[in-house]
Amino acid sequence: MLTDLTLTEARQRLRAGEISAVELTQAHLERIRALDPQVRAYLTVTEERALAAAEEADRRLATGDNAPLLGLPLAIKDVLTTEGVVTTAGSRVLEGFVPPYTATAVQRLLEAGAVMLGKTNTDEFAMGSSTENSGYFVTHNPWDLERVPGGSSGGSAAAVAARMALGALGTDTGGSVRQPAAFCGVSTVKPTYGRVSRYGLIAFASSLDQVGVFGRTVEDTALLLSVMAGHDPHDSTSLDVPVPDYMAALSGEIAGLRVGVPREYFIEGMQPEVEQAVRAAIAQLEALGADVREISLPHTEYALPVYYLVAPSEASANLARFDGVRYGPRENGRTLWETYKATRGQRFGAEVKRRIMLGTYALSAGYYDAYYLKAQKVRTLIKQDFDRAFADVDVIATPTTPTTAFRIGEKTDDPLQMYLSDVFTLAASLAGICGAVVPCGFDGQGLPIGLQILGPALGEEIVLRTAHAYQQSTDWHTRTPPLG
Amino acid sequence: MSQYEAVIGLEVHAELQTRSKMFCGCAVVDSTSAPPSTYVCPVCLGMPGVLPVLNHRAVELGLRVGLALNCEIPPFNRFARKSYFYPDLPKGYQISQYDYPLAVRGWLEIDLPDGSSKRVRIRRVHLEEDTGKLTHVDDHSLIDFNRAGVPLLEIVSEADIRSAEEAEAYARKLRAILRYLGVNSGDMSKGVLRVEPNISVRPRGEEAFRTRTEIKNLNSIRSLARATAYEIERQVALYESGGQVQQATMGWDEARQVTVVQRVKESADDYRYFPEPDLPPLEISRAWVKEVRAALPELPSAKRDRLMQQMGLSRYDASVLVAEKAVADYFEATVQAGGDPKQVANYILGDLFRRMKDEGRPREQIGDIPLKPVMLAELLALVAEGTINHGVAKKLLGTLYAEGGDPRRLVEERGLAQVRDEEALGQAVAQVLDEHPEEVARFLAGEEKLAQFLMGMVMRALRGKADAQAVRRLLQAQLEARRKA
Repeated sequence: MLTDLTLTEARQRLRAGEISAVELTQAHLERIRALDPQVRAYLTVTEERALAAAEEADRRLATGDNAPLLGLPLAIKDVLTTEGVVTTAGSRVLEGFVPPYTATAVQRLLEAGAVMLGKTNTDEFAMGSSTENSGYFVTHNPWDLERVPGGSSGGSAAAVAARMALGALGTDTGGSVRQPAAFCGVSTVKPTYGRVSRYGLIAFASSLDQVGVFGRTVEDTALLLSVMAGHDPHDSTSLDVPVPDYMAALSGEIAGLRVGVPREYFIEGMQPEVEQAVRAAIAQLEALGADVREISLPHTEYALPVYYLVAPSEASANLARFDGVRYGPRENGRTLWETYKATRGQRFGAEVKRRIMLGTYALSAGYYDAYYLKAQKVRTLIKQDFDRAFADVDVIATPTTPTTAFRIGEKTDDPLQMYLSDVFTLAASLAGICGAVVPCGFDGQGLPIGLQILGPALGEEIVLRTAHAYQQSTDWHTRTPPLG
Repeated sequence: MSQYEAVIGLEVHAELQTRSKMFCGCAVVDSTSAPPSTYVCPVCLGMPGVLPVLNHRAVELGLRVGLALNCEIPPFNRFARKSYFYPDLPKGYQISQYDYPLAVRGWLEIDLPDGSSKRVRIRRVHLEEDTGKLTHVDDHSLIDFNRAGVPLLEIVSEADIRSAEEAEAYARKLRAILRYLGVNSGDMSKGVLRVEPNISVRPRGEEAFRTRTEIKNLNSIRSLARATAYEIERQVALYESGGQVQQATMGWDEARQVTVVQRVKESADDYRYFPEPDLPPLEISRAWVKEVRAALPELPSAKRDRLMQQMGLSRYDASVLVAEKAVADYFEATVQAGGDPKQVANYILGDLFRRMKDEGRPREQIGDIPLKPVMLAELLALVAEGTINHGVAKKLLGTLYAEGGDPRRLVEERGLAQVRDEEALGQAVAQVLDEHPEEVARFLAGEEKLAQFLMGMVMRALRGKADAQAVRRLLQAQLEARRKA
């Protein structure tokens, strides 16, 4: 089946003229029609645009055009703006919103010839770990439709896992590509903060948000990242440093690589199968010649409280613009304030409101020092943990999540339990470093487990090299979810 | 009033005249004339996912002001978000500066009506973005976002000002400096410059500050002066009648000439400032500061001193000339074109200002009158070379002021050149003496003041176009000749 190809395989076949972009796109659209009623990964499917783009790609392919992503069908998380295509960030407050501009990350993929299949579901404004906070519907895990795909980029991860896209863009603020990649058994990269432009990424927490990619292989993620990374004059926080050829970094060779295993990432209460699979994966790295050693990241336990002060604080300001005045739906009240209250009160979901309130509180006069400022100081300590660690090791290997995918509805009444599912991904976001996740096993119920490999800032090459070497020596990533 | 003193601090918002807005590429336009919301983009409309990119020109213009106000420029700057909800604020927060402003601890020397001067300390100068503009129509409000994101400089003084006159002098001097620096047109009626006084009063000798009020929406310096004076009196009267001043934002009712309460502040606003994560901290290199400082133009006080020292003008004349950049420019252009500085000053401060006042033209528009500096210089040259006298020059000024023109050609066309031919002058004198034998006789009999009458008759005969000195000389000579005869 065409949908079983990896991105890089499909690229070779397209270039060799063995398949056409239209065929490839059609195959994905058909699969979406067949499976998405169960999985519900897509908020919007842009069929006409996709076919038009595929036809254009075929014309270009015929002329020998070798744009890196020419004719490859991809899915885009709905927090990334797309000109002329409804973009909601999973929120009712942006219901029907059609942005007049395209996010830089998406633009670069499109300019490289990619075919956008549609916009994928997300927790509202990327706030959540299960896509259950979407203002529209819940996405289901392709490995078990009763379970969540993770979040917030659950739609993109599920689409790639279910072969409804060759690859996808997600965003990661505290683990939002890594946790769903682990839950859905796909590969992902969360780049260094600033590596990819945030222009057009509907902000949740500006100092943490970063665009990430999903693929069925590390190689696929490296290809997408190569196209997307780099300085953008529209984003002052994007890093103005050259973009390496990430594909070239995939040597398969990790002999002598120093791998740190932080003791703080193996905690009481985690699912034993997850720990076993991750330890086995680390043993595999060692078998491939890596030098594995235990390390300590002593401030790890503060990552969660720090994150839930910093991110909501920034979010409370970022989401202030959704007032019904200039765009999006407006719920009219008799006075200005009633209009604000009605629009925001009726159209934001509970989790978004909770975080706006948390952040507003943390920034208020009299509380700022104790909460926001203190959190920023501890954030610095967390960053220093990693700085110290990376003085001695090249990468850090950890579990991605304490458990495999949980049941839909299981944690929706207990936000703290929900937050804990990101406990292994938050610290790296706070430190602004990069990481990758690759499938490293399955639990007894057939649910995927992910290995997280973290690298220093701008260490994408070594992270990808490690993840790729591991993946080449295992076949977890080749398994297919049991879908109709 | 006498046992009370006012304590006033001024908060000034000045839009910076950059080509594009502070965080996007939209043009900065006159928001009173451009069609509403036509100079906008996703960034200044605060659409989802957009990011600000700092316009470094705005920082540079801000630095100019900071340096001109004798401020320190801290090397580390950063932006902060100031959160509040209002429909003219697209993002629900304003990008401003809070804990690390652009410039701090400066001072401004103000010139008081009695000729003295005083230093008012500047607390801080910081950059922020302007908001949109609301217009209320019936039960609707319309928002014009052209102004949203225009760079704005907030200049905050210490509470060093003690009277409405000082407040006015501060505003005038600051406006002059902004104009000299080329960063702001100073047009308060268009809202590009907004001056808000914070006012409290206290019995003389009392150390602590009392409750203050703030006056907003003043559209001229005159309104500032009047509103401030009114508010001081209002507060004093309140205390004297046993009342209390309530912390409030006041407006100025131009028609009734009174301040009116707009909003009572019961608790301090909480803007929840925090560092703007979308913009990296702004490092201001010492080299940049040095560069901007070196490029600062001559400022009013320095120019005043130079006009006094190099051109011999009085302190008063020099102060008036430099008070408006446009006037100073006009003066200097005229001198540059050859005009004698003192003569030029006399003409500007006298005739020109009077004519401008008569037609209700503010001084800063001196550059717009048809009489250009080169014309004035030429006119004065005609006087200096003796082609015309001052009387003719002042008549010609009327024409030139209204229509402009080449003074030399006008003199020729209208036959206004002085009669300088000694023979012609002599004949005119002789004729007048012949026509007035009685007056000549009385003069010769000792009635010397009649010389003035005879002089006038000669000038009239020559229709004013004569060199008065030559006429006087010839008249005396001929009278003496007749005495001897």
